[in-house]
Amino acid sequence: MRQIQLPEPVRTPSRFRNAIGKYVIKRNSRCISCGLCAELCPYGVHIRYDKYSKPLRPRDYKCIGFKCKENAFFCVERCPQQALTLRLNPILETMGDYRWTAEMLIGHWEMAETGDIPVADLEYSVGSSGGGFDKLRFKPPDPKDYLDIGDKYVDTSIELNKRGDGRPGKTISIPCYGAGMSFGSTALPVMLGRARAAQRLNILSCTGEGGYPEELVPYADHVITQVATGLFGVREETILRAPVVEFKYAQGAKPGLGGHLLGDKVTPEVAAIRETVVGSALFSPFPFHSVYSVEDHKKHVDWAKEVNPRALIAVKVSTPSDSDMVAVGSYYAGAHIIHFDGSYGGTGAAPDIAKKNIAMPIEYAIPKVHRFLTEEGVRDEICLMASGGIRTAMDVAKVIALGADGAIIGTSELVALECIRCGKCESGRGCARGIATTDPELGHMVVEEWAEQRVVNMYLAWRKQWCELLRQYGMRSIRELVGRTDLLVHLDYLGEDERLKFEPSSLSLAVL
Amino acid sequence: MPKKYHIATKVTLPRFHPVGKYAVVEFREDCAGSCEECVKKKCVYEIFKNDYEYLKAMEEPEYLYTCQNCFRCVQECTKGIFSRVINPEYRLLGDDYWQPDIIQQTWYQAHTGRITVSGAGYRGPFVGEGFDSMWTDMSEIVRPTRDGIHGREYINTTIELSRRPLRLEFGEDMSLVSDVPPILEVPIPVVFQRPAFGMLGQNVLLAMVKAAHKLGTLILLQPEDYIDTLTPYSDSLLPCLTRDNYQDYTDLIQRSRIVELAYEPGIESEFETLLSIKPDLFIAVGLRLNSDAASVGLRLAHTDVDTLHFYADGHGNELDTERPRFLKDMIREVHLKLVENSLRPKINLLFSGGIAMAEHMAKAIVCGADGVAIDNPLLIALECRLCPQCLEGKPCPVKLGEIDSEWGAQRIMNLMGAWRNQLLEVLGAMGIREVRRLRGEVGRSLWFEDLERECFSPIFGERKVAGIR
Repeated sequence: MRQIQLPEPVRTPSRFRNAIGKYVIKRNSRCISCGLCAELCPYGVHIRYDKYSKPLRPRDYKCIGFKCKENAFFCVERCPQQALTLRLNPILETMGDYRWTAEMLIGHWEMAETGDIPVADLEYSVGSSGGGFDKLRFKPPDPKDYLDIGDKYVDTSIELNKRGDGRPGKTISIPCYGAGMSFGSTALPVMLGRARAAQRLNILSCTGEGGYPEELVPYADHVITQVATGLFGVREETILRAPVVEFKYAQGAKPGLGGHLLGDKVTPEVAAIRETVVGSALFSPFPFHSVYSVEDHKKHVDWAKEVNPRALIAVKVSTPSDSDMVAVGSYYAGAHIIHFDGSYGGTGAAPDIAKKNIAMPIEYAIPKVHRFLTEEGVRDEICLMASGGIRTAMDVAKVIALGADGAIIGTSELVALECIRCGKCESGRGCARGIATTDPELGHMVVEEWAEQRVVNMYLAWRKQWCELLRQYGMRSIRELVGRTDLLVHLDYLGEDERLKFEPSSLSLAVL
Repeated sequence: MPKKYHIATKVTLPRFHPVGKYAVVEFREDCAGSCEECVKKKCVYEIFKNDYEYLKAMEEPEYLYTCQNCFRCVQECTKGIFSRVINPEYRLLGDDYWQPDIIQQTWYQAHTGRITVSGAGYRGPFVGEGFDSMWTDMSEIVRPTRDGIHGREYINTTIELSRRPLRLEFGEDMSLVSDVPPILEVPIPVVFQRPAFGMLGQNVLLAMVKAAHKLGTLILLQPEDYIDTLTPYSDSLLPCLTRDNYQDYTDLIQRSRIVELAYEPGIESEFETLLSIKPDLFIAVGLRLNSDAASVGLRLAHTDVDTLHFYADGHGNELDTERPRFLKDMIREVHLKLVENSLRPKINLLFSGGIAMAEHMAKAIVCGADGVAIDNPLLIALECRLCPQCLEGKPCPVKLGEIDSEWGAQRIMNLMGAWRNQLLEVLGAMGIREVRRLRGEVGRSLWFEDLERECFSPIFGERKVAGIR
């Protein structure tokens, strides 16, 4: 039986003094510092060091909330002075949005800290967008199908080269890899942390369109070189060292539009890598001006294949109405991976009108493309990857069941690094939390080792969720899940009685 | 080649601090006092520093608009004394259609002239009512995208408000025999319309008129709005008249390029009289957007009308019915009726009511409009909060009546500059270089019902939930 070797989770707490949780525990002045709560709480909410008599502020982000009432160790009940109060954290209404709810953010922070599934009652799998993934549910499995095997015997790997064209195979250990985020749009430690995590997890990360920093070279076997319309930093050596070369025709955050790096972000380091002028805003053209047909596209693919005979070729496109034709065109052009980036995703700054309105959500594109490639008889020869609004382990599983081989993850990796989705990636000095910035001060808020472990932890927690799902359906490999739409239901396609059997969509507290 | 159209935007500061979304809550009783790590000193956006400035001037601190919600003060304070709430005043902005984020985004665009940009993907509902149940298409690999924003390729946003001959006739020597009627162009697919409410003092109207003039578009006004200071801008004014009163305003008609007559049965019989007052006058007819709109529109299309202007209610809903349809469906109905009768190329269609964002303009055109008329966004650009205070006879919180008209005109131009750039984004992504080609191009759009049917019905069968969500 095949065993997957994966790294171990290591507890990696928040960078910030006050981590945010779903619940707030307050200790009032009646506390006599008896230490009972610290003795009782198995989750480490209450801290008391022996030599200190003063009580410390509770680490309430670890609190499991009101469900703890049924436990004998429920601190609020047991406190002899009734000095503790528990309530829902009111700050939640100011966090998150319809797609990434506050609970989803907190749940992913906890996964990134522990490498495990959150213990608090957090809805971290389903958002409240009211459609797409948030209306899809897996059917209840037949208990008879349950496979009683350990996680290490569940195969979550996928193969990226299905063409059998003599190029090397490339198996990644989980059905995800990291999305392209360029140097310039994210801080170097973030980029390096993600690449290091990719190496440890045996997956891939991606340069994005901003060139290939030398610091990434040690992880080159796990770094995709992206060739985008601006061709920034694209050189023979960056193509030669890549296991996968990705042609980015479009991106979900701004489908059909070119990238734009503000002049402030074009620091000397960024300019050097992109081979441009310091302080000068950088625009990527909307299209590749050398591509006006599938034949032109094939020339691109052939060029990269000629330069690097070992590389696989990925084609990143967004989700136009003719996504199916684009997919089959890319297949005939010789691509190994066709990557659809749905319209609701994206990490960096993009015009709001584009994010909301241009191109279709990924939930529609994947079944359409999967069906078309199947009917064309070429589905088994191309790796179909999905991205753009895929937030959680269950979103990944759902998109695989809809027909993808795997998913490409951007935002969730940043959330693991404590992105709070304030959306101000581009303003002023860039990300105030040190993730999407090249500001000399802010850019060093993240340490690459910390970033690496947080990303590793999140994916390990995701893997646990996939393993459990697969076991329930009696599957040993996530490859068996591809295209299994029969395992999914959509709440809007069920009668009222049937719908009640499933968890309803959560209501949003978000205020737009 | 004619001069490329460009809207000159310029940062134009608000006079009042805009209502911010977030409010910082500070439990000062728990503050450590003279903490050297005080997060207020470290704020990346320096909002607390600005706060000190307010305190120095003994004014109410105002850090609500500038807070960017990064949470660092909440998470880094040594004593954890910060929390935050949604500003209750923010929740009260607008109504369920003119939502707070629309108002805030409009303020931003009027202030900066820039389109709203944010990171971290889309954060709204999967799908919504009205225009939110459709997406615009984009080009991929073939039919390449067009780069209108960065000026590499010129994308034309001009529309016409003048009617066209349905065919051209040529003589034996191939010279043009047909009479070609004059052309009335506006360089953006937006005209302005006097808002139905608000502190519409002289300065406010003058600001709107000046903006229309500088932009080269038109503004629909009632004859009673005409004041002497508007006379230099007559070319940009579009008087809305009725069968009963138009003969009282012959001077006004003579000064105008186009007039709008309110529809009533037989209105076309007045066109001849109108043209006798000014032979090269363009004629628009204003109609209620109700269930008769398409058939009335078709009847009028046979006449010498140039443009039909349909009025929906302020939320983009059909009029005169208890179960109104939304603007997008109504536009389709009117447009398709004319298409079916081969009259669509002859005349132009404007729609108003509920056009709140640039994307509404683009989507209305996709549905079949030539252009849109906007009202409330003009007021919001001037800092209006769409509060009902003026309707209740109370003072305006932003003293709208006291604005400087030049300041107001620039704010409106900024908004239109941002709207036009957003239109260029949408057109560029589709690979379309001419907004007139977008009209009725539903093939370059994606509709919720179609996508559900095409992508999900083969998997899940019949949809059991009526409506969007």
